[in-house]
Amino acid sequence: MSSPHIHSGSSSVTMMLQVMLALLPATLVAVWLFGWLALLQISTCMAAAIGFEWLLLRVMKRSLAPLFDGSAALTGLFLALVLPAAAPWWVALVGALAAISLGKQLYGGLGYNPFNPALAARVILLVSFPLQMTTWLLPLPIAGGADLTDLTTAATIFFNGIAATGQPFDAVTMATPLGYVKTALHSGIPVPQSLASYHYSALAALVGNEGGSMGETSALALLLGGVYLLRRRVISWHIPLAFLATVAVMAAVSHLLNPDRFASATFHLLAGGLMLCAFFMATDPVTSPVAPRGQLLFGIGCGVLTWVIRNFGSYPEGAMFAVVLMNCVVPLLDRHFRPPVYGHRS
Amino acid sequence: MAMHSWQRLGAKWLAGLIPLAEAGVHPDDCKVTASLAITDAPLPPLLVLPIRQHIGQACAPIVDAGDTVLRGQKIAKSQGYVSTSIHAPTSGRVVKIEEHAIVHPSGIGMLSIFIEPDGEDRWLEKLPAMADYAQRDPAEIREQIRSCGIAGLGGALFPTFIKLVRDPNHRIETLILNGIECEPWLTCDHRLMVEDAPRIVAGLKILRYLVQAERCVVAIEDNKPDAAAAMREALKQAGCADVEVRLLPTIYPQGSEKQLIETITGRQVPAGKLPLHIGALCENVATTAAIADAVLEGKPLIERVVTLSGDAMPKPANLRVRIGTPVDYLLRQQGLEDLHGVEVMQGGPMMGERLRHLDAPITKGSNGILAMRQQAREPESPCIRCGHCVQVCPVGLMPNELASHCRNDRFEESEAFNLFDCIECGACSYVCPAHIPLVHYFRYGKGQVAAIRRANAFAELSRQRSEAREQRIQREREEKAARRRARSAAKPAPSPVPPKAEQP
Ligand code: SF4
Ligand code: SF4
Repeated sequence: MSSPHIHSGSSSVTMMLQVMLALLPATLVAVWLFGWLALLQISTCMAAAIGFEWLLLRVMKRSLAPLFDGSAALTGLFLALVLPAAAPWWVALVGALAAISLGKQLYGGLGYNPFNPALAARVILLVSFPLQMTTWLLPLPIAGGADLTDLTTAATIFFNGIAATGQPFDAVTMATPLGYVKTALHSGIPVPQSLASYHYSALAALVGNEGGSMGETSALALLLGGVYLLRRRVISWHIPLAFLATVAVMAAVSHLLNPDRFASATFHLLAGGLMLCAFFMATDPVTSPVAPRGQLLFGIGCGVLTWVIRNFGSYPEGAMFAVVLMNCVVPLLDRHFRPPVYGHRS
Repeated sequence: MAMHSWQRLGAKWLAGLIPLAEAGVHPDDCKVTASLAITDAPLPPLLVLPIRQHIGQACAPIVDAGDTVLRGQKIAKSQGYVSTSIHAPTSGRVVKIEEHAIVHPSGIGMLSIFIEPDGEDRWLEKLPAMADYAQRDPAEIREQIRSCGIAGLGGALFPTFIKLVRDPNHRIETLILNGIECEPWLTCDHRLMVEDAPRIVAGLKILRYLVQAERCVVAIEDNKPDAAAAMREALKQAGCADVEVRLLPTIYPQGSEKQLIETITGRQVPAGKLPLHIGALCENVATTAAIADAVLEGKPLIERVVTLSGDAMPKPANLRVRIGTPVDYLLRQQGLEDLHGVEVMQGGPMMGERLRHLDAPITKGSNGILAMRQQAREPESPCIRCGHCVQVCPVGLMPNELASHCRNDRFEESEAFNLFDCIECGACSYVCPAHIPLVHYFRYGKGQVAAIRRANAFAELSRQRSEAREQRIQREREEKAARRRARSAAKPAPSPVPPKAEQP
């Protein structure tokens, strides 16, 4: 074999592990917020993802090597983190199956999938089971919810649904800030007032103590993981920075023009799945452009779409749709935004 | 306003998060020989001199088996323009001239002259020294450099005199001395700068006189501050205060010629052009020292500094080695007997060549011999499109796409993705988390494309030939017809029956 004779020591498996490590803060926050239920969801999703991967590889008579590349486990973790804590067990299973089959193996396995498998699964779940996918459990630190430090309660919710706990539905659930603001706007309530009645606090949004998917709400935990990935050079800064900056700029400008209609940049940056999408989903190597200029455009596109869907779409959250939509144009970006080649500048 | 240290730290940390346009990689530099002074390697019992040690045409031997030769005597003469001569590294007897193993990826051999040293190391009368070069015609100095067999010692091995031709259309504005040595482990240029800076500076002055460069820069990576200090001091002593010593960040491949030219001049060498076309000339420091020897002392290139190192080398060293010394002899000298599980290569670990035959000799391009513990290569896994290869490529290629085109024999696409601009620096393979041997695919692709081009050229030649032949036949036929018409026009009364003689 020819040169080079040394290697940096990085490997696909290490990268997967590094991403999982980067998700650790968000995972811990999920456990803090949703106790046993978080652990149940995470273990189910991860085991299911690995199990389905094994099954599909066997059925298709492919090599079992991909089972050990860590990607299925990562997909399972991702999936759990984007599910609402109260999602029933079968949603987790369907999600895992969708992620591994439709999201990945259908295209020939890791490296060929156009969408991040977990993200694709979430979109499929959201469209198929809108109710289950938008019922947000009250997190533990907010008093009055279901006692998720109790394994039995958590298991009851997981297997039999919220109703089985006997607690009134409204007492144990809450809306996400994005959803709340959007519904309020529809009934003509301006943003500042709806935020006040939600008891919105930027600090709560930063640590994640509010309605939302298990691993999405804590902007701080995700930021921490993102910084780790940047430091370790697992991802480059182009996509997350372009993504977040675009959302921030669009939100800030619109907020300046019409504060009653548009929420502020801080609100948007801390809300919903933006941080998770910007640092983890949009930067999924397989499904994002390889060259820096393409990555910048990709990030900007994600940002614009996120803001537009959040403010004008029918869904309150647009970050994941934005990423999926932008994934579709990746081949185009790759083709047209190659790096300048040395000596070919005219 | 002074920056607090914590502010500076913060800025550095942020810069680490958002590295703007950073091509290249940071392998461990492993320069364990950096502080070891250059020592002379002993003369081996047999020297082997391949007849081609440069890019271009092979030399023709001008000695025969049985001849005695003296140190510095020309033993093979350059053939054609892009070629440079070879000299006897010591005095002794030519024992035979036959094929011998050389360092080459394919493991092929090359016609070589075998010299058995007599141990006396007697010099031939050297070529005239040209201490007064500044009064001489540049062409004369170039010829001296040529007949002393100087070729690029950085490893490129391009015959040096060719780069020194003064071209009226392209003035050299910037002369760059390349003291970067960005390959891990290698320290031969580093030590040369530390120990022999005055000689390098003398060579620099000759180069400067030859090409009349306005700006001279000595480029050194910032992991060699002692070399920079030595060069600065030597420049001061030699009255070359206007020569800049530039410390550049340590990053591989900082020392690659075209990349270095861009770093220093801010201009890129256009594709298919030479540095000369943008007014730049880049010479390696060791080559520059050899030029000084050739011009000031009339000494041909018969020895060079070689770094012997690697994690399996018992006694790493920087050795001044006679060209032609077999590698296995040197390895034994450095205490390496048991080669089990050891891989030996020539050059650095990023671009070096694995030795298939350890009796291959040191040639003008051997900057290092590394003995490395064999490591199992990780198996190749599918590309995960992480783009790391794209980020590190100093040329701006997309190695992931390029490799997939080469591997699938899509040669037109691979050319469209600038396959031939790849400098094979290996940065992409080095970082690839999928362990795809990208450079290996590029070499394969280049080889295939070259073969196709040759075949096409041959087909084109045949086509032209047959076309020419058809045209000739056609022309002859027409001429014949014209003659016939002329003849019949000359006849007063054409006969209705064509003359018999016209029948074919
Ligand atoms: S570094 Fe390797 S895995 Fe990453 S894009 Fe390049 S070829 Fe693919
Ligand atoms: S593609 Fe060629 S030039 Fe670019 S990093 Fe790889 S080997 Fe170096």
